Amino acid sequence: MSGALDFLRQLRKKPTGIAGFAGVLFFFMFALVIPFFVPVMDTPDVSAIYQPPSFPAHPLGTDNQGRDVFNQMIHGGRDILLVALIAALFSTLIAVTFGSLAATLGGRVDQVILAITDVVLTIPTLIVLIVIAAIARPSSFWMLAIILALLQWASLLRAIRAQVLSLKERDFVEAARSLDLGLFHIIFKEMLPNMRSYIVIHFIIAMTNAIYAQAAIVLLGLVPVAGQNWGIMLYNAQVQGALYFRDSLWYILSPILAIALFQLSLVLLAGALEEMFNPRLRSA
Amino acid sequence: MTVLSIQDLSIEYLSRRGPVHAVRKVSFELAKGETLAIIGESGSGKTTLAVSLIRLSPRSARITEGSIRFRGDTKDLDVLQLDDDELRRYRWNDCAMVFQAALNSFNPVISIWDQFLDTGRAHGMGDSRRVRDRASELLELVRLDPERVLRAYPHELSGGMRQRVLIAMSLLLSPDVVILDEPTTALDILTQRAIIDLLKELRDKLGFSMIFISHDLSIAAELADRMLTMYAGRVVERAKVDDMFYRPRHPYSVGLLRAVPRVSGTLGKVVSIPGSPPDLIRLPPGCAYAPRCPFVIDACREAEPPLIPVDTPEHDAACIRWQDVAETLRSDDEIPVAEKLA
Amino acid sequence: MTVSGDTTVRGTSLIELEGVTRTFKTPAGVITAVDNVSLALGVGEAMCVVGESGCGKTTTGRMLAGLLQPTSGRLMFEGADVWQTKGPKLAAFRRAVQLVHQDPYASLNPIRTVYQTLSAPLFKHHKSKRGRDARARVVELLERVGLTPAPDFLVKYPHQLSGGQRQRVAIARALTVDPRVIVADEAVSMVDVSIRISLLNLLLGLAREFKVTVVLITHDLAVARFFARGGRIGVMYLGKVVELAGTDTLVEDPAHPYSTALIAAIPEADPNITRNKRRVELRSADAPSLLALPPGCVFHPRCPLAEPGLCDVLVPVLEGIPGREGERREVACHVAQRERAPAAELLGVR
Repeated sequence: MSGALDFLRQLRKKPTGIAGFAGVLFFFMFALVIPFFVPVMDTPDVSAIYQPPSFPAHPLGTDNQGRDVFNQMIHGGRDILLVALIAALFSTLIAVTFGSLAATLGGRVDQVILAITDVVLTIPTLIVLIVIAAIARPSSFWMLAIILALLQWASLLRAIRAQVLSLKERDFVEAARSLDLGLFHIIFKEMLPNMRSYIVIHFIIAMTNAIYAQAAIVLLGLVPVAGQNWGIMLYNAQVQGALYFRDSLWYILSPILAIALFQLSLVLLAGALEEMFNPRLRSA
Repeated sequence: MTVLSIQDLSIEYLSRRGPVHAVRKVSFELAKGETLAIIGESGSGKTTLAVSLIRLSPRSARITEGSIRFRGDTKDLDVLQLDDDELRRYRWNDCAMVFQAALNSFNPVISIWDQFLDTGRAHGMGDSRRVRDRASELLELVRLDPERVLRAYPHELSGGMRQRVLIAMSLLLSPDVVILDEPTTALDILTQRAIIDLLKELRDKLGFSMIFISHDLSIAAELADRMLTMYAGRVVERAKVDDMFYRPRHPYSVGLLRAVPRVSGTLGKVVSIPGSPPDLIRLPPGCAYAPRCPFVIDACREAEPPLIPVDTPEHDAACIRWQDVAETLRSDDEIPVAEKLA
Repeated sequence: MTVSGDTTVRGTSLIELEGVTRTFKTPAGVITAVDNVSLALGVGEAMCVVGESGCGKTTTGRMLAGLLQPTSGRLMFEGADVWQTKGPKLAAFRRAVQLVHQDPYASLNPIRTVYQTLSAPLFKHHKSKRGRDARARVVELLERVGLTPAPDFLVKYPHQLSGGQRQRVAIARALTVDPRVIVADEAVSMVDVSIRISLLNLLLGLAREFKVTVVLITHDLAVARFFARGGRIGVMYLGKVVELAGTDTLVEDPAHPYSTALIAAIPEADPNITRNKRRVELRSADAPSLLALPPGCVFHPRCPLAEPGLCDVLVPVLEGIPGREGERREVACHVAQRERAPAAELLGVR
């Protein structure tokens, strides 16, 4: 608990951190919580195609089928954010578990894990993602999340492994070994908490990567365009020629801005966290 | 003649929790040809004080009051008021500093010769041949082979050799004052002995005045003419070496002397000082040593005592009960304090 | 033959290094950090191993603690060869011998509180139940190491403690598993001078009251003299034990020329004593590298007593010579053994 309070106190001193944190919080609320309170309004209304913004009915105007853009924005973030979260979570879990095991156990285990990691590292993520999406046509976002996760863990694993290798030599870890505290305790209670910052920052960056990846494959039309989400809005906007109508400006702009601002918040937060976690970078 | 005069020097560091009063109204003088030892433990302010004498304090340090005056044969400088050029001439020419022989006292990617040359050039010895001659001469004085050492890189030399190189480098421009920060800490016994003997020899040959900072009382006993003990940023006792060791008048000096075991002679009653040093951000009112002092009375907590002259010449102690301290020691004989109090 | 410290348990050592050697492969070659060292310690004994850097004392300490396996030789604990035991017996040994590290700033996990650090071994080894029971036991341990008022320390992080306090926590941590032996590797070297003695007294108290064997490794002979008074000191040089003797005997009447030079070289915290000390001049100022050890006695190039044809050819063996008041002591020096007299006498510095 005191860790969380201390964190907030530290964050207060960094304007970029506050902005990032506020942004992330806002988007999570907007995309994950608010949808529960707002009904979906996706019945086409041919009479209201590409209406300009008007209060209170259509604050951001309507799309090519007369549906309210603002409503789509509210319901459109959930899939993207959830997939990003889950992908980041899985890839972090894989990286942390296997990275620590490789470093702690050494020998054959280490060599095998490193070999696999190096192979995966050489894979160009986006291209492979596009190919897999084209072949497998994932329809559920879980599948998408897992595919993204499986392509992302490699560089974090290497980083975790390096950190654990150096932590392994520290006196307090040696003491834990001599006290026979067990591998699980040493990895999860002694070493990993010392790498909290590392892990959190990588988690955030994994999220940004996942969001880019999703936007990319949806834009390229590689996933089924049913349902609503910001990526699909962009696809529709592009395909349906929304670029050419002045009244449909918000239809295109909203998802772009939402994605861009969310990414910005994540990056600002990560930057602030990095400064906070590194005591040497902290101001006196 | 006084060569260095420090008056009421106070230095604070900025920190998140508030200003750290690292050095508080410190005054002392260094006479020509004299060796002064400044003894203190962690948090005493001794290193902060030492680096301030050549104005090498970190950015977060502020000198809030006081003065440092240097008096050479032909000059009289107010060190704190020197501008950049004057400071460059003062450093190394008038006053040089020898840091601990840790690897990070050197630039790891250039050779020892280059470091000599850089130092010489930075402080006014531009002619590289002169630097070379002087460096060779000094390296021989410190019992190192100039050919071998000048070509080497810092990591190729042992700790003892690096310390000698640092000493030689400090003497490059024949300074009047040499300041040494923990010159023998982290060195092995035989290497320490060699460095101590070397310093004695150099001092006799070249005649500079010396200040060294240490937590190690034994080096003071070996080298110093006079000593200061520092506690919580203040000088708590100033005396000639023999007076400090045999006739201390401040309870902290007594405590320190009793806490250090010796190899030779009888052990006596060796005892630690209970408690820990105070927080330099929030100092209690009154004497900073009061919480740990066996002689403490109520008056001690009211006001911080100034340095009071005691019963031997050139000897002050910042303690209102110094006479009781003297009595507890029972005798003024030249035997260790730990034995007197056994 | 080894000198046993505690006369009441002569012949039954608790932990023993038997002819132990340890080599390391480095890019520059193979170095022998420890060469054929034998050391036997009884229950509740407090002894010191001293030497300068590179002498192998830390490696010896780590081998005693079971953290390094000897390249040859045996580590015996309660009569059994440790490196031949497996499973629960090896785990039991691991807990029975604990190391206290030198650097108080590295020996505790910076992100765990004192309570977390001390309770983890208690839970793991079922010495306490969670909650009040564990808290009580941790408080008791903190009091035992002199950290009072104990409850105040439970929630502190290492960066909130002084160096001396951290070392006490490290000692308390070692005590959580009821060790039989504590190896303190330069445990007071990075702590303020004025509180070293109290830490040493704490360790001595453990030895005396709780019969924990404590081995203090240090380069500071004055600290060794204080800690091992009434006990023994072993002096190491370039991987070998060159002298093993009772503390007073060693300090007043060293038998090996190296010990003699060392003791004579120490600056003392007393002007009269230090001014009047008779120094021993060594023939060379620097110790040879472990990669290029001299033949015969490794000390001979620097030794004022060295005899060509003897000391540069034959490796001396640790053997007893008569001590003061009949006390036995051992020294690895041809000349001292032949003359049956300590180097201090032969060099005229007694």
